[in-house]
Amino acid sequence: MGMVRYIANKLFYMLVSLFVLVSATFFLMKAIPGDPFTSEKKVPPEIKARLYEQYGLDKPLYHQYFKYLGDIAQGDLGVSMKRLNQDVSHLIGQTFSASLKLGAVAIVVSVIVGVVLGMLAALYHRKFIDSAAMVLAVLGIAVPSFVVASVLQYVFAYKFGWFPVSGFKGPLNYFLPVAALSAQPIAFIARLTRSSMLEVLNADYIKTAKAKGLSWIQILSKHVLRNGILPVVTYIGPMTANVVTGSVVIEQIFGIGGIGKQFVEAIGVRDYTVIMGITIFYGVLLMLARFITDIAYVFIDPRIKLSGGKEG
Amino acid sequence: MASDNNLVSVEANLKPEDFRKVGIDERQAEVIQRESLSAWRDAWQRLRQNKLAMTALGILGLIILSAIFMPFISKYNYYSNDLMNTNKPPSSDHWFGTDDLGRDIFVRTWYGARISLLVGLAAAAIDLIIGVIYGGIMGYFGGRVDNIMNKFSEILYSIPYLLVVILLLVVMEPSLGTIILALTITGWINMSWIVRGEIMQLKNREFVLASRSMGAGSKRLLFRHLLPNAVGPIIVTITLSVPNAIFAEAFLSFLGLGVQAPISSLGSMINDSLTGWLYYPWRFLFPAVLVSLIMLSFNIFGDGLRDALDPKLKK
Repeated sequence: MGMVRYIANKLFYMLVSLFVLVSATFFLMKAIPGDPFTSEKKVPPEIKARLYEQYGLDKPLYHQYFKYLGDIAQGDLGVSMKRLNQDVSHLIGQTFSASLKLGAVAIVVSVIVGVVLGMLAALYHRKFIDSAAMVLAVLGIAVPSFVVASVLQYVFAYKFGWFPVSGFKGPLNYFLPVAALSAQPIAFIARLTRSSMLEVLNADYIKTAKAKGLSWIQILSKHVLRNGILPVVTYIGPMTANVVTGSVVIEQIFGIGGIGKQFVEAIGVRDYTVIMGITIFYGVLLMLARFITDIAYVFIDPRIKLSGGKEG
Repeated sequence: MASDNNLVSVEANLKPEDFRKVGIDERQAEVIQRESLSAWRDAWQRLRQNKLAMTALGILGLIILSAIFMPFISKYNYYSNDLMNTNKPPSSDHWFGTDDLGRDIFVRTWYGARISLLVGLAAAAIDLIIGVIYGGIMGYFGGRVDNIMNKFSEILYSIPYLLVVILLLVVMEPSLGTIILALTITGWINMSWIVRGEIMQLKNREFVLASRSMGAGSKRLLFRHLLPNAVGPIIVTITLSVPNAIFAEAFLSFLGLGVQAPISSLGSMINDSLTGWLYYPWRFLFPAVLVSLIMLSFNIFGDGLRDALDPKLKK
C-alpha cells in the first residue's frame, strides 16, 4: 500500500514537472519576436498565409499549444528551423548513440573508481591514502569539468601524444573525455562512500561479525560494502544530471558528434526548435533518472520511511 | 623507615591555626569562572583552528581585493584592442600576455573575476532573500500553506536547473542582469528547504512557546526568534551556493550565453581561449586557475564553516 502510493506520488510529480517544462518551451518560443518565416526573403502575403496555414500558425494560440503537446506526446519534436527538413527527433536519434556510449562509460567508471577510492580512504582513515583521496575529491568537486577536459587534452593528447586530441572512433578516444566527465562524480561518490563507510565500520554489527570470527574479506564484502554504498544510490539522479550537462561541454571540446555538440551548435545559431527539442529530451532523461533513484532507494534500504520524505 | 619519620615530623609541625574551613558556599557555584562565549565567538574559535578553512578564507580575501583593485592599478583596460600585439606570451609589459585582439589578459582576468564574483554573490543574495521568505512562510505556518507551497517548489525543482537557465537565456538577451535573474529562477529552492526544515524544528521549542505566551506576534517570533536561530545553516548554504552560481555562469559563458564581449568573465575568457589554446596556453591558464581557485576556496571555506557552526555535523 505504502509502496504503491509512494511510487504513484513520485510518478505524478515527474509528469507534472515534465508538463511544466514542455509548456515553458512552448511559451518561451512564442515569446521570441518573429516567427520561423520572418527571416525569409520577401514573400507575397498569399504565400505567407499559405505557409502559416501549412504549419498551423493561423490557428489560435491555445489550439497551437494543444497540438504541440500532442505532437510531443507522440515523440514529434518538430522540424529544425535552420537546417532544411531536418527532423529534431531524427537528429536526436542520430546523435544519441555517441552520447549514450560516452555517458554510460563515464557513469560506470565514476561508480567503480569513486567507491574504491572512498573505501580505501575509509579503511585507511587518517592515513596518507585518506588525505590524498580527499584532496583529489575536493579538487574534483571544485575544478569545472571543461577546465579538467582542456588540461587533460593539452597534457596527454597534445604534449605527450598518448591519446588522440579529438574524434570518437576507437577505444583510445574514450580515455580523456571519460576522465574529464567522471572527475566530479568520482569526487562526490568517493566522499559519500567514505563517510558512510566510516559510520558502518564503527557499527555494532561489524563488531559482532568480527566476534563471530568472520574473515576480514567476508566482513568487507558482506557487511561493510553493502551498507556503505547505500548513499551512492541517492546520487544516481544528480550524477546523471552531472554527466549530461558535462557532456554538452566535453563533446564540444573533444569534437564528439553527440547530442551535446548539437545542442551547443543549435544555441550558437539560435535554432530554437532544436534547442527546445533537446531540452525536452534532456528533461525527460534527467527526470527519469531522478524517479528511478527515488524508487531504487526505497527498494534497497528497508529502513527508509515511506512518509514522503525528501532526499537530503 | 626514614619516610615514616618524615611524615611524623611534618604532622608534628602543623598547628590547628594552619587549617581553614572552606565549606561549600552555594553562592560561589554561580560565579562564572571562564569568560562566557557567545555561540558566534565559539564558532569563530573553532573556525580559527581549522587551518585549511582559514587559508581558503585568506585566499578568497586576496582574490576579492585583487578583483576590485587590480583593474585600477594596471595601465591597460579590459576592452582596448591592440592588433600589433596579439597573442603575446606573458612578459614584463603584459604580465599574463595578450589575447587574440591584443587585450591585456592580466586586466581581463581580474576584471573577469570581478564579474564572476559579482554574479555569484548577487545570485546567492537573491536566493537568500527569496529562500528565507518562502521557506520561512512554509516552515512557520505549516499545514495546508506549507503543503501547497512545497508542492510548487518541488515541481520547479524537478526541472533540471541548467536547462531552465539555458532556456531563459536563449530567449532573453544575455546581459549581467538577465544572467543573474536566470540563475536565481530556481536557485532559491534549496535555500527555502533549508530554512523550512530549521523553522519547523525550532518552532516547537520551549523558548518559542515562552515568547508566544508573552504575547509575541508572528512577525516578532519569525524575525526575532526563529530566523536568528537558523542563521548558521543559512550562512553555510550561501557559502556553498556562491561557487555553484560561479560555475553555472562559467558554463553558460562556455555555451556563448554568458556576458557578451568586450566584458569578460572567467568563463567567457576560457571559452574564447579554447580556439587556439594549444598554441597560446597562457590565454587559458590564468582564468582557468583563478576560477578553480575561487571554487576551491569557497568549497573548503564552506565546509569549514559548517563544521564550526554545527559541530554535531562534523564527520
